[in-house]
Amino acid sequence: MTKKQKKMLIRIIIAAVLMVGLHFVPVDGIIRFVLYMVPYLVIGYDILKKAFKGIMNKQVFDENFLMALATIGAIAVALYENGDYTEAIAVMLFYQIGELFQSYAVGKSRRNISELMDIRPDYANVEVDGNLEQVDPDEVEIGTIIVVQPGEKIPIDGIIEVGNSTLNTSALTGESLPREAGVGDEVISGCINMTGLLKIRTTKNFGESTVSKILDLVENSSSKKSKSENFISKFAKYYTPAVCYSAMALAVIPPIIRMVIMGAPAEWGTWIYRALTFLVISCPCALVISIPLSFFAGIGGASNAGVLVKGSNYLETLSQTKYVVFDKTGTVTQGVFEVTGVHHNTMEEEKLLEYAALAECYSSHPISKSLRKAYGQVIDNSRVSDVEEVGGHGVTATIDGKIVAVGNDKLMEKLGIEYKSCHKVGTIVHVAVDGKYEGHIIISDVIKPTAKAAIKALHRAGVAKLVMLTGDAKNVAKQVADELGIDQVYSELLPGDKVEKVEELLASKGKKEKLAFVGDGINDAPVLRRADIGIAMGALGSDAAIEAADIVLMDDDPLKIAKAIKISRKCLRIVYENMYFAIGIKLICLALGAVGIANMWLAIFADVGVMVIAVLNAIRALFVKNL
Amino acid sequence: MKKTYKIEVDCANCANKMEEAAKKTAGVADATVNFMALKMIVEFDEGQDPKTVMKEVLKNCKKVEDDCEIFF
Repeated sequence: MTKKQKKMLIRIIIAAVLMVGLHFVPVDGIIRFVLYMVPYLVIGYDILKKAFKGIMNKQVFDENFLMALATIGAIAVALYENGDYTEAIAVMLFYQIGELFQSYAVGKSRRNISELMDIRPDYANVEVDGNLEQVDPDEVEIGTIIVVQPGEKIPIDGIIEVGNSTLNTSALTGESLPREAGVGDEVISGCINMTGLLKIRTTKNFGESTVSKILDLVENSSSKKSKSENFISKFAKYYTPAVCYSAMALAVIPPIIRMVIMGAPAEWGTWIYRALTFLVISCPCALVISIPLSFFAGIGGASNAGVLVKGSNYLETLSQTKYVVFDKTGTVTQGVFEVTGVHHNTMEEEKLLEYAALAECYSSHPISKSLRKAYGQVIDNSRVSDVEEVGGHGVTATIDGKIVAVGNDKLMEKLGIEYKSCHKVGTIVHVAVDGKYEGHIIISDVIKPTAKAAIKALHRAGVAKLVMLTGDAKNVAKQVADELGIDQVYSELLPGDKVEKVEELLASKGKKEKLAFVGDGINDAPVLRRADIGIAMGALGSDAAIEAADIVLMDDDPLKIAKAIKISRKCLRIVYENMYFAIGIKLICLALGAVGIANMWLAIFADVGVMVIAVLNAIRALFVKNL
Repeated sequence: MKKTYKIEVDCANCANKMEEAAKKTAGVADATVNFMALKMIVEFDEGQDPKTVMKEVLKNCKKVEDDCEIFF
């Protein structure tokens, strides 16, 4: 508890004790009034002060004003009628208890969620003159060697220079399986070094490191407000004044009607009492606190599962996802291509691979990487010139003075070179040297082990249609789609076509159905932005993906997509529960109050009780383990 | 220019009110208050000095919610 909260608790206890104690003091009249004013002022002086200041600043309709008016009114009625001041004190007392609870619960969940994301490293070890020194990670410059001992967090992104170890990435990815890392491996900040001593050469500043980026993202996530939150803000803005005016009407109109039309006694006291009950019920706190808290908890729970959500609006959209569009490579497949065969070659296999690898030496496409890997030797860039990348087709380059074309069927057709197609499923890379066909290389990708389960889980989660987009050949795409159970495939797409296809799908779906695009973040940025919701996966260390996507899956497990959707649904269900529950109870109590069934005690429940229940319900959104 | 400030405020509704007040302050293009993270993100109009504008923002916020604080 903070100092402020402790002070409030003491005030609550004093006021409660006095209130109960005064019950046994048999005094009447003015002395009774004065005595009862003591606990009232102890518990309520700050509310009265705030209400007064609010009126001075022309901010009349806030809950302080409501509480002040309701309690002063209740005291006035008591003074006039029966001398029962307990009610006024109790209203104030319970209101303060509610506020205290709210502040405690919010503070607690704030801490809980920050603890979940407790990946911020406090220091970095730097070797100075043979001694280890702990310094602020902010002060470590790029290229410094930092030492990470077993049990410590890696503070800054870098490359291992000395040592090997097992890394625990669970704080980042939610993945409990540790990862091996050795000399030359890139490591990211936030992982915990479990076994061996590592010396790491930093490649980034602390501020640019993964851990800072993630923390930044999580901390700012609830700043993007969802429709539900905006609705509540608007609702609160109109609701409070509306209830105040109704209360005024309730206090004045029925007595006048009774007097003038029915000729009965006006019963001012009764009606004013009912109006005051109205005021107590009217406080919108339960709503205003529980909705953002639900989202905050949902986002916190999601990040604990390795799903980073950039704003509550995205959580809301995600829950309405009916279409999921996948990129193939790196999303449902490993994206690790391997050369599995060389066919129809007239020259030696090695020579053909060498040409292909050299031609692709500047490309970062996974296929190029696998070609270079298959070649297996150091690439001498100086042999290559005039590299021209033909988007979606392949590359042409001049190697050792020969014009080499490396690419798919389309490239060969474009260059007018006759090629042989392949009966094997995989990506076919044709190679032509000086316009003569020299054979093709087959590269295949491996489907991720969890991909099939992921597709099933998505279907089960009520996603209506799963679509896969790929730049790959038709037969490859179809084989993957059939094996996984994906509904629809578009193949042989150029990067620009993907945006077009997504736009087509966006146009064909219903308004309430949302479309999510899942990609690995490489070359996907435009599509990630265009879709209703962009999900980047395996994004650890990829700044572009973190930038472009709305939701970032920290590891590359496609099962997380369904998990993210389930988390969002649970969170939104809680949001709606709270919304209907709080508004419902308040409206019922208002109705009961108007006809005189609800007294002030019930009104306090409608205010404080509902808030407590809604806050507790909101915290439920944090628990996502078993979804 | 966008800047993030740490704030202190007790209730969620008050945070909403602070947001409104900050938005209406001259020199502020947009403002968001994140109650859960206790942060205020202010986007300033072109050529405004954040310090001077923030003084006004704080003044306006104090008007709607006496019990708030912005650290800048």
